[in-house]
Amino acid sequence: MRVNVTVNGVAHSVDHVWALESLLDFLRERIGLRGTKNACEQGECGSCSVYVDGVLVCSCLVAAGQVEGRSVVTVEGLGSDGGVHPVQQALVDAGAVQCGFCTPGMVVAAHCLLAGDPDPDDLTVREQLSGNLCRCTGYQKILDAVHMAADRAGTGQ
Amino acid sequence: MESPIASGPILRPSSWPDAILLRSQHPDASPICGGTDLMVRINFGRARPAGLLDLTALEEGFDCWELIEDGRTVRIGAGVSFTRIIDELGHLCPALAQAARTVGSPQIRNRGTVAGNLATASPAGDAHPVLLASWAQVEVESLRGPRLIDIDDFFVGPKHSALDPDELIRAVRVPAATGPQQFAKIGPRNAMVIATASFAVNLDVADRRVGTGIGSAGPTPLRARDAERMLGEALADLWDAPGRIGERVAREFGDLVAGAASPIDDVRGSAAYRRHALSVLARRCLTWALADLGEAAAVEGGVEV
Repeated sequence: MRVNVTVNGVAHSVDHVWALESLLDFLRERIGLRGTKNACEQGECGSCSVYVDGVLVCSCLVAAGQVEGRSVVTVEGLGSDGGVHPVQQALVDAGAVQCGFCTPGMVVAAHCLLAGDPDPDDLTVREQLSGNLCRCTGYQKILDAVHMAADRAGTGQ
Repeated sequence: MESPIASGPILRPSSWPDAILLRSQHPDASPICGGTDLMVRINFGRARPAGLLDLTALEEGFDCWELIEDGRTVRIGAGVSFTRIIDELGHLCPALAQAARTVGSPQIRNRGTVAGNLATASPAGDAHPVLLASWAQVEVESLRGPRLIDIDDFFVGPKHSALDPDELIRAVRVPAATGPQQFAKIGPRNAMVIATASFAVNLDVADRRVGTGIGSAGPTPLRARDAERMLGEALADLWDAPGRIGERVAREFGDLVAGAASPIDDVRGSAAYRRHALSVLARRCLTWALADLGEAAAVEGGVEV
């Protein structure tokens, strides 16, 4: 099966895709974008979060063939000019990265949250990041980072 | 990468008639929409369908909802996500929107659908108690033609529904709320939880009747008929003055709901815990719904509340 898909603005046409292959495996193994992490493979942890046509999804729960003709954005597609995205910088500055495995998914989910709500309260952040598990940093620093990114965007930093 | 065992095609119909035809021609291909149930089974090697029938490329309103029957019923296309039910249907189907809010996480709600809940037919499906309480109908179709399945006839066993192998779910018809509705669910945390027990109540003011639905406490989602009957009788003359329904009725309602369940002990909770939790959930839902009904009655009667 051939899959034609735009990933981070680049058109790809990939042959011999397995019908039951997940978008997660497709992105990591076929496209070579390993920022999207594979942990639970059941939608529980959010470390494989990506956008499909602007909608936040767990890429492990999307079949690769379902993105035919669609546009996928991964964590690698969020920064600009080779630099990190402000959400990523805030995670670094707030000390919200420990082992870092959950971070790419957190980045994409936080990016989606701030795109919809530029100044979210704590409850909103907790709710919107409820599908992203972190097992070492603890969530407080991650919450701090989201607020830091929101504040910086609000003050034009 | 896993070797392509029994790797069939991924079929991507763009029209509903094509989808029906392909369903009939490829009975071994699994229908997939949001994928939040099926992909888990595939990723863990529990399902190896000979291909997928992808319903996300369908045009023609598969992911739209509309009002039918003079606005009395909401027809929800099978591709409408839980996120859209929360955003767009809270005023028409409040309990369904409440239940949708408790589904998984934002990522899961963006993909998962009520129709997918139905196709999986798990006793723990979050939408099911509300669909029972609302007397919903499931619109299914095959090459043999379309049919409407009453929700009371839909669930026939654990993860087993009245859907025939050649049929696809096209839409779910949910009567719009005519009075207060409430849904509650209990589990180990607020997000990403498969219900340990769940409950919905629907006070159908227009038809003066009470609907209920129980989740995760039996081989299928269940209706608490005795509780519906008892509350219907208690409300008989009090639909406009529900403040006179006492605490005793709410407790009896909870007990009858718990009695209607047939839970088992499993990894998510014991049968005894589930029964107890259901009696509490049912009492709380009813108390909230009666408070809503009282407020509505007071506003209509011109009484200040």
